[in-house]
Amino acid sequence: MIGFGLKVAGAVAAVAACFFVYLTFGFPPVVDTQSGLRGTGMAQITYPSTVARLRAANVLPEAQPAAEPSGEKSSAVYENVQVLGDLDSNEFIRFMTAITEWVSPQEGCNYCHEEGNLASDKLYQKIVARRMIQMTIDINSKWKSHVAETGVTCHTCHRGNPVPANIWFKPEPDSRMATYAGGRAGNQNRANPAVAFSSLPGDPFSPYLLGATEIRVQPTTALPRGQGASIQATEGTYGLMMHMSDALGVNCTSCHNTQALNDWQQAGRTRSIAWHGIRMARDLNTNYVEPLTAQFPASRLGPTGDVAKINCATCHQGANKPLLGQNMVRDYLAALRP
Amino acid sequence: MAMLSFERKYRVRGGTLIGGDMFDFWVGPFYVGFFGVTTLFFSLVGTLLIFVAAADGPTWNPWQINIAPPDISVGLGLAPLKEGGFWQVITVCAIGAFGSWALREVEICRKLGMGYHVPFAFSVAIFAYVTLVVIRPILMGAWGHGFPYGILSHLDWVSNTGYQYLHFHYNPAHMLAVTFFFTTCMALALHGSLILSSTNPAPGEHVKTPEHEDTYFRDAIGYSVGTLGIHRVGLILALNAGFWSAVCIVISGPFWTRGWPEWWGWWLNLPVWR
Repeated sequence: MIGFGLKVAGAVAAVAACFFVYLTFGFPPVVDTQSGLRGTGMAQITYPSTVARLRAANVLPEAQPAAEPSGEKSSAVYENVQVLGDLDSNEFIRFMTAITEWVSPQEGCNYCHEEGNLASDKLYQKIVARRMIQMTIDINSKWKSHVAETGVTCHTCHRGNPVPANIWFKPEPDSRMATYAGGRAGNQNRANPAVAFSSLPGDPFSPYLLGATEIRVQPTTALPRGQGASIQATEGTYGLMMHMSDALGVNCTSCHNTQALNDWQQAGRTRSIAWHGIRMARDLNTNYVEPLTAQFPASRLGPTGDVAKINCATCHQGANKPLLGQNMVRDYLAALRP
Repeated sequence: MAMLSFERKYRVRGGTLIGGDMFDFWVGPFYVGFFGVTTLFFSLVGTLLIFVAAADGPTWNPWQINIAPPDISVGLGLAPLKEGGFWQVITVCAIGAFGSWALREVEICRKLGMGYHVPFAFSVAIFAYVTLVVIRPILMGAWGHGFPYGILSHLDWVSNTGYQYLHFHYNPAHMLAVTFFFTTCMALALHGSLILSSTNPAPGEHVKTPEHEDTYFRDAIGYSVGTLGIHRVGLILALNAGFWSAVCIVISGPFWTRGWPEWWGWWLNLPVWR
């Protein structure tokens, strides 16, 4: 029969297994939201603790107290005001104060402005900030298909950090790419947070959020007709989708009924918002962020000398709506939605 | 009924769990018993309800008939019949029928003085079903997490439920279950072919004994688990396949809500190489 030693070993293994389960898994209850028709298995599931953590991480900073209009344009009062020149000068100062709180609360005004000479363009931060203000205004007017009336402010991405916490660079090219053994075609098979730790291609951003690679990998006929999408294109797409899910804290069924991932009839409204979001990120990376590359010091650039770029996580930061859908723009309408 | 002339069938009185001698009789070759009656009752009511619910749906195409559970917002309450209530009653009938069948197996085992291995094995399958439609929905707080009854619709549910965790193949229990399913097939194929090879020798050869069967595997891999042992191996493989299937779905949601690939962070974060 079973010896004493074996029984002890079994008991030790059972206790160890319990600890392992306790440490590596979560526990009920869960918070669930249906995202499709009943019985389709389309649902968003999370823990109350995650919801609480998101709420705590997305508390809005208090709006700056309203400014008494001075009646003068900022461009008339201050020198070298290339954007926001039509803003009332007091509102302009109010907005500058808000930016400091959002972007460089530790570093203060002198993070962007040369000490003693606010008009100077000496610091690269100021040149970048100016362009980012234009970008924010542009998002709020041109990209309502994605940001709706909620809009974005500097805080949406920065959250008190001079460099937003969620950015991406092109990965270093793999020196072993040309070999068979150990080659990681497409930066694949690494534990990579960019693709939610799956084995999918590790740079899901360059082709879709900088390049204009289309996502057309789902067959539209029941049986194959000729050459379909390549496995590389398919895996690249799935890599991007992993990032989107992870960045928004949702799963695939937030946008798709996976019996036909490509079918708009079965997709949630979320999917069309996301579709515009992909194009928005692409637009911002191409037209605002990349052209600033030359402005940045080398220490701010990625391993291949590229500028820090935008992906879904830059704004969303784990929430399906950035800042949980709270509207900050309404306190700065004059500056951010002129 | 269809029994060969040399097959004698013994009918043993007693061994019932409930009802004494009340249903202790046979109909044709089939033992009835109290649980045979309840099996029949639940199967008939359940199947008829499937037809009633299907009649309420848009199609009689057997592939497309879909009887869905209630909305998640219903929680663990009762839903109106046409909004998931049918699913709820059919689920009760299914569990009633499966449970009755298992208990009928127990009664037959008791009559024959056998072990309860068959009803135990069947119970693992019932456990997997109950996990899907009762245990997991209760843990998640809504019947709406059960799978819909329909040939294609339940596959769509499997697809979406897998995608709820981004990449289900990273689910550790799913890995175990899949491995056990394949290993079960391999064990059954090896066992079946071994027995047939020994009992179907070339023309002119004698039928071989278990000694030959054991010797075949001793020659091939140095070890034979033996004539009884192979059935233990087969049973334990098959039951593990069903058991880990149940585990892999019950941990998805109640015990892990994010992508399964991310669960392996504990491995990446081991202090040895973190």
